[in-house]
This record gives sequence, C-alpha cells and structure tokens, in this order.
Amino acid sequence: MNPFSSGTRLRDMIRAIRACKTAAEERAVIRKECAAIRAAIDENDHDYRHRNLAKLMFIHMLGYPTHFGQMECLKLIASSGFPEKRIGYLGLMLLLDERQEVLMLVTNSLKQDLNHSNQYIVGLALCALGNICSAEMARDLAPEVERLLQFRDPNIRKKAALCSIRIIRKVPDLAENFVNPAASLLKEKHHGVMITGVQLCTELCKHSPEALEYFRKKSTEAIVKTLKDLVNSPYAPEYDIAGITDPFLHIRMLKFLRVLGQGDADASDCMNDILAQVATKTESNKNAGNAILYECVETIMSIEDSGGLRVLAINILGRFLSNRDNNIRYVALNMLMKAITVDGQAVQRHRTTILECVKDSDASIRKRALELVYLLVNESNVKPLTKELIEYLEVADQEFKGDLTAKICSIVAKYSPEKIWYIDQMLKVLSEAGNFVKDEVWHALIVVISNASDLHGYTVRALYRAFQISSEQESLVRVAVWCIGEYGDMLVNNIGMLDIEDPIVVTEADAVDIVDTAIKRHDSDLTTKAMAMIALLKLSSRFPSCSERINHLIAQYKGSLVLELQQRSIEFNSIIASHQNMKSVLVERMPVLDEATFIGKRAGNIPASLSTSNGAAISLPNGVSKSAAPLVDLLDLSSEDVPVPSSSGSDFIQDLLGLDLAAAPEQPGSNFAPKSGTDVLLDLLSIGTTPPVQNTASATDILSNQEKSPTSQLDGLSSLSPLSASKFPAAVSAPTIDLLGGLAPNVASADENGSVHPSIVAYESGSLRITFDFSKTAGSPQTTLIHATFKNLSPNIYSNFIFQAAVPKFLQLHLDPASGSTLPGSGNGSITQKLRVTNNQHGKKHLVMRLRIAYKVDDKDILEEGQVSNFPRNL
Amino acid sequence: MIHFVLLISRQGKVRLTKWYSPYTQKERSKVIRELSGMILNRGPKLCNFVEWRGLKAVYKRYASLYFCMCIDQEDNELEVLEIIHHYVEILDRYFGSVCELDLIFNFHKAYYILDELLIAGELQESSKKTVARLIAAQDSLVETAKEQASSISNIIAQATK
Repeated sequence: MNPFSSGTRLRDMIRAIRACKTAAEERAVIRKECAAIRAAIDENDHDYRHRNLAKLMFIHMLGYPTHFGQMECLKLIASSGFPEKRIGYLGLMLLLDERQEVLMLVTNSLKQDLNHSNQYIVGLALCALGNICSAEMARDLAPEVERLLQFRDPNIRKKAALCSIRIIRKVPDLAENFVNPAASLLKEKHHGVMITGVQLCTELCKHSPEALEYFRKKSTEAIVKTLKDLVNSPYAPEYDIAGITDPFLHIRMLKFLRVLGQGDADASDCMNDILAQVATKTESNKNAGNAILYECVETIMSIEDSGGLRVLAINILGRFLSNRDNNIRYVALNMLMKAITVDGQAVQRHRTTILECVKDSDASIRKRALELVYLLVNESNVKPLTKELIEYLEVADQEFKGDLTAKICSIVAKYSPEKIWYIDQMLKVLSEAGNFVKDEVWHALIVVISNASDLHGYTVRALYRAFQISSEQESLVRVAVWCIGEYGDMLVNNIGMLDIEDPIVVTEADAVDIVDTAIKRHDSDLTTKAMAMIALLKLSSRFPSCSERINHLIAQYKGSLVLELQQRSIEFNSIIASHQNMKSVLVERMPVLDEATFIGKRAGNIPASLSTSNGAAISLPNGVSKSAAPLVDLLDLSSEDVPVPSSSGSDFIQDLLGLDLAAAPEQPGSNFAPKSGTDVLLDLLSIGTTPPVQNTASATDILSNQEKSPTSQLDGLSSLSPLSASKFPAAVSAPTIDLLGGLAPNVASADENGSVHPSIVAYESGSLRITFDFSKTAGSPQTTLIHATFKNLSPNIYSNFIFQAAVPKFLQLHLDPASGSTLPGSGNGSITQKLRVTNNQHGKKHLVMRLRIAYKVDDKDILEEGQVSNFPRNL
Repeated sequence: MIHFVLLISRQGKVRLTKWYSPYTQKERSKVIRELSGMILNRGPKLCNFVEWRGLKAVYKRYASLYFCMCIDQEDNELEVLEIIHHYVEILDRYFGSVCELDLIFNFHKAYYILDELLIAGELQESSKKTVARLIAAQDSLVETAKEQASSISNIIAQATK
C-alpha cells in the first residue's frame, strides 16, 4: 500500500461514521471524506479509485449526495481488471438510474464487456444492463443480449434471459426477436435457465399476442410435462425447500400456464390434470407449499372453466381462511376477491369467517376483509351484514373508522330496502362516527329525509335522542339541527308517531336548547353554526313561546367576527323585529328536495367512484327511488320535470341551482324608495351594488368547505342564506310583486334555454349591464356557448358599441359579430352577441374572462373594463 | 416484479437498497421513510404484508434487520417471503451465521450476492449452492488480481531501491 496515501480505509471510515454520536458529527466526518474523495478524483488517482467508490456507495446509502462520483464508475468500468469492473458496475447500479444522461456514456463499455472473453465480466455487464438500462440502451444492446441467450455457460444464459425481460419492458417492439431463443430455453434442464426462461416467455406473452399464440401451440404440453416431472421428482438437496423440489420453479411455471390457459379452452384442458395434482398433492404445512397452492389456485381461477377444479380451489381457500397464520389468511382474502366473480355463491359460504377478519387486529387483513365484505353485500344479506359492521364501528380503531364508515355508508345507500331502515342505519353511523362521514353522505341523507314525509316526525325525534348522546359528531349535529329547524313542531307535538317508537316529551324550550348547544359549542364549525342560525329563525316562527329567547340568541351574533354569522344575525334579527306579518311564510318548510336531481348530479359528477369494481351501475342513494330513470332525464332540469312540491309553489330548482330570483330587480328608477336601514326586503333581495348571484356564490364558498361537493343544490341548502330567498316570490305581499315584475323575463329566459347553467350578470355598472346565458353543445363538454346581452341603463344612446373579451391560455375564445352597434337608452333595447369558449382544462379550471366595452355617448369615447369571475363552476 | 429491496435495521437505519424501478433520489428517501415507519411499527404476530401506494411491501424480520421487498398487487406474496428467506440463507452461508455488522462492513458483498439472485426484479437462481459457487469464483478472481498487483508493485519497489 502506498504510505503517502492520505485516505482512510473503507472499514475505518465506516467505523468512524458509526462512532459518531450526533448527526452533526456524522455530517462532519462525511464532509471530510467527501472532500478527500473529490481531491482524489481531481488528481485522477488510479490506485484508490475503487476504494473511493466503495466509500461513496456507503455515503450514498446514508442519503448524502454523491453525484460527483458518477464519472468514477465509468472510469472503473472502462479499466481492464475484473476487481475494478466489479466495483464499477456496482457503483453504476447504485449511484445512477436509467434517467441520467451520464448513463449513455457507458453503452460502449457495456458492449465491449458483453463480448468479453471472461464470462464473469460478461455476467457483470448483463447484470448492470438488466438492472438499469434505458430504452435507448436496450435498443442498442439487444442484439448482444439475444446472442448471449445461446452462450455456452448456463449462468450467462440465465442472466441474458432476465436482461431480455428488461429490454422488452423498455422496448416492447423488440419482443419478436426474442421469441425463438426464449422457446429453446424452455427445453433446458438447468434450473436457473429454466426459471428465467419461463419468466422471459411469460413476459413475451404479455407484450405480444403472436408470441402468446406461438407458445400456446408449441410449449403448453412441454411445460405441463416439465411441471409433472418436477412435481414427481425425487429428493434433490440442491433445490429442496421444506420437502418440495424448487418451489420457485413450480410457481413460475404455474404462472406461465395461467397466461397460456387464459381464454383458451384447449390449453386449459391440457393442464387440468397437473393442476389437480398440484392442488391435491402439495404439502400445506410450510410456507413454500402454501405459496405453490396459492399460485395454483390463482391459475385455476383464471383459466377456462372446469367445474371440478374450481371446487378444489375454493376448498383450498376455505382451508387458508381458517388457518391460524395471518399471512395465509391475508392471501386467502386476496384470492377470494378474485374468486367472487367466478363463483360468488361459494364465497358467500365463508361470509361469517370473512366478517370476523374485518375485526382482526391486523390492519392489512382488516383492509382486505372490508373490501371483500363490500363485494359480498347484496339485497338479501345487507341487513345482517350492516348490523355487524355498525356494531364493529363502535369498537374499531380510530384510523380504521374512516374506511369502515365510507364502506358502510356506501353499502347502506346502495342496497337499502326501505327508507326507514336507511335512516336508522345512517343515524347509527352518524352517532358513532359522524366526524368521518363525508359531506355528500349527509347531504344525501337530508334529501332522503326530506322526501320521506311520513317519517319526518320519527326522524326528528330519533335525531333528538341521538344528539343527547353524541353531540360531538359534527355531521350528526348538522343533520339534527337541520331537521329540528324544519320539523321542530313534529318533535314537540309527537306528530307522525310510528308504532315502534316510545313517546318522548320534548318541550319547545328543549328543542331550542339543542340548537343553542350546537351554535355555542366552540368546536362547531362555520357550516354548523350557520345552519343552526337558520334553524333558530325557523323555530322562532314555529315556537311563538320561545321567540323572545331565540331573538336574543340570534342577536348575540350581531357582533360576531365571522362575517357570515354576523350578516345572518343582523338580517334574521330584523326579520323577526320588523316583519312579523310575513315571517311565518318566509320560514316555511323547505320544499321537498328532488331526489332524482340529486342523484343525477352526483352520478354526473363522480361516475368513476360509483362504478365500483363489481361493475355496479349508478348507485341510488336509497332503496325507495329505484326508478332507473335515464341519466339524461335526471340531468334535464327543465321546469316541466319538476314536481310542484309545496303550496308555496316556488320553483325551488332555480333556487337550488343558484338561479337567483333576485338577479334582476335592480331598477334605478324604482318607485320603491327604500326607507333607509329598515327595509329588510331589499336587503333580503340584496339590492346592492354587487350582483346578487355573486353574493350567493361567495356565501356558498365560505360555507361549503367541501371542495368538490357534488351538490350545489345542497350547498344552497346549507348556505340557505337570506340571499337565496327561497320562498320569496310566493310569499311577498302585493306591493313587492311589482318589484319583482322586472325579473320575470329573466327567469323565463333561463327556463327556456333549459340548460343546467344559470345565467349570470357578467358585468354591471351604473350605465351598462351585461348578462350571459349559457348553453352546451351535445358531445363537447369543454365548449360553452355564451349568449351575451348588453343593456344600456342610462338615458343616452350609445353608438359605436364594441365589446371585447380576453381569456387566459387554457381557454379558447371565439366571438361572433354583434347584432348591432347602437344601443338605445333606458334599457329599451339590447345588443346580443354570441361567444364560444372552449375550456381545455374542463373539470379542473373554471372560466374567467376580462371584458372591455367601448362606446360613444354624445361624441365622447367611453371605455369600461371588468372581469367576470362568477361563471358557474362546472363550465 | 420486485420494484425494490430494502434492508432496514430495527432503529430505522438503511443497510441496503436496490431499486429495479426508476425512483429519483428524493422519491427514494421518501419511500424509505414511509415504509420503514409502517413496517417498524407493526407488531410481531401480524401478517408480513403491507399495502402501500398500490403496491405491496413484503417484509420479514431477522434478528435486528428487516428485509423488505416491494412487489406488484398481483404477485405472489408467499413466494416473495420465500425469496427473502432464500437470500438470508445464502448470506448466512457466505458469512457464516451472518449478523448486522457483517452487512455493514461488507455491504458490497451483500450487493454482489443480491445481484446473483435477482436481475430486473425477477428471480435468477433457485439454488443456494450455485449462487455461493459463482460468488466464490468471482471473489477468487479478485484475490488473484490483488496478489498479482501487490507482487508487481513489490518488484517495482525493489527495483527502484
């Protein structure tokens, strides 16, 4: 050794690093070593290059940057000796991966080494190529590898076979070149070559249908025979594991047979006997034997039907399932998931055992079992299974509750035979794990409750009881508060009593107490508090005896720092104070929510998640409305479809869609001079300077903290802000109708266009109003047709009217010519113009647009600019 | 296929990593962090499989070391356990009742053995004897090269005196 070398030995460096007590010390040692290595690299030191690289590999393993050593690998690979090459290739595989440019530089060295006279050097090159080659290298070196498949030494042939697998994965086009040499590997006796040859053939079949056809014809019988020989082979100490000769080869061959037999009756037929033999003869007391049985079962399940074999396979799984080894139970559950499509009946027999597995202490097993139970549920067993799952929910781990709750909700929604059962189960879930329930789930529950008019009383009483016990579950609180607000009178007077219920005595004050608790609980979030506020308003008219207290409660939030609560508080307070005469109509019960619309929206928004693995159709949220109305109908919201739901008769769909009836009423010349500060009606309609729709939208945004809520309908619900004024048109007294007269055309036009998207006021200034109506052409969801209408609100005539619009890059905009360039004054006429917007990021980004309007008034050029950001979200 | 092989000590220290699928440096450390967190926290009686990002990690503990291989959903978990055991037995035979320190100071040897066992994430050899023979042959190649080098340098050293 060179006495002048400054570097430490690898062993000493590792010792030094291990001796470090703190991370800082370790960093210091590494820094010193790296500096020495860099210096050595700069000096181009030959003698210690391999030692330095070994050190770098260790440093790399500890997670420190080592990119500066990459070139050293290449130098070592290019040197002539075996020891240098060995460490060089190891470094190459460790420090680099296929995406680094440096790797290309090694192609030439690899090519030389693949042709080297020393077979161990060939082996090193094959190993490196097989582990990290990129597509380009695969293309360049494929001929060499192909040649090496016929090399004299079997150890090179097996390496070449695995290397070919990598090459085919990177460049599937090359598959056909390998078919013939691969086929000849299958005839060998050397286990290493056979095992790799079988794997190569399996891989080839995956990438090339021709190869599959070829091997099916030529090799099926040969493989069956080899496997038979293997199964019956005498004791071979070199390959023996737990009394079985080479279980690895068994498994690879079974896998290959699976590929050959899938979808081909003849090939399947050919392998029946040997599969039966493996399934019956393999010892199952050791892991190796079980691994073979597991593979065999999978092959039996995948190949073409042979009744007897399948019975055998299911029985093996049954045995696995009752095994005490967790690993075996896990794979059994895994395989039963696949078996369920083949033979559901047989899997059902193991239901109780599977259900036990859901309660296992092992998270992996629980997860598998839950997935399986989910697939096992059908109309006939939904009740007992749900009962079991919900009982388990009470004792389940916190981290498992999320998954479990989601699955229970989904099962209940999909298979519930009747509404009362659905409501009962949902209430149980909400009281047990309300904090894990997703927003759309409790939204769906409210829709169902609202539709089950005979169960309103029952539900509100059940919720009242549940609230007493589990008031910490957020979504339970929300549903309870909503129902008490709507059906509080039924709670107090025991209306709609069912036979199964015990009567309870609830006073009006008790009901208000509940809402009071909900709003005052400090961990209630804004949505809950806002919903509670509305419930209070509603109760104030239902319970006259408590109205004083309610008024006081509401007034407490007048100074709330949360804008939404403050606004509600002030508005509700003035409704109660000044508008007793119309309050009762104003806070009437919500009209029945349209289930079909809700389902349609949900289905339309999340189609992928609903069609679960067993290919179920769109799931309906409850068992009652199972009318399989076509989706198109569900989505078509034209007003004829809408059942007139309540006496108030207002077209609630429009409210729900945010088609705000208050969109139009700003009439500058209105003879309705507001008495300052007192006229709540105007407040209610939000006749302010901001366009009302925008208000609603922002309120929804604040309230619905669920980002991808499928139900704008229910956003409207939970944010039943005064702005949406749901009953307003029907409720107002005579003089107000005048006020609303102005909006009639607007509403009508929204109806006519029949689209799901409400019109918006895109821009409004003192002198000009622009409204957008939307429509979609069938078949191109990205494209939206916008029908823009310009109205002149000033008394003067505008001439040379030009409208311009600009959009960000992900949008494309096409403007048709306008219908005119002169706009008469005082709203007496309009110009229309059509825009076509294509959203390239449809579903991800929403429309936005900048507007510029130029016109002439009295020979004066006027320019107005604005931005439209209140487009309906799903355009 | 096997996507990667990890050896992690009971304390969470990485003893060996081998990647057969491309992961960037950043992803690698994230993967190691996530998986070691999941695996080290599992109780002794639980099953040896952890589902992770659509893949499955099969692990087994030998003394203070966790051997972990990450495979596709449809691969045979029981077989991978057997492969892990196969590897451990070969290591054991090579080092003569292997311990963690052997693998720390001779980490490169552990890699060489792994390279004789797996290529491209697939099994290469089912015979422990063959692997041992191939490794021994390559080790002796290295030894002879070393002897030659030292003898030549001796000659030169003596000649220059």
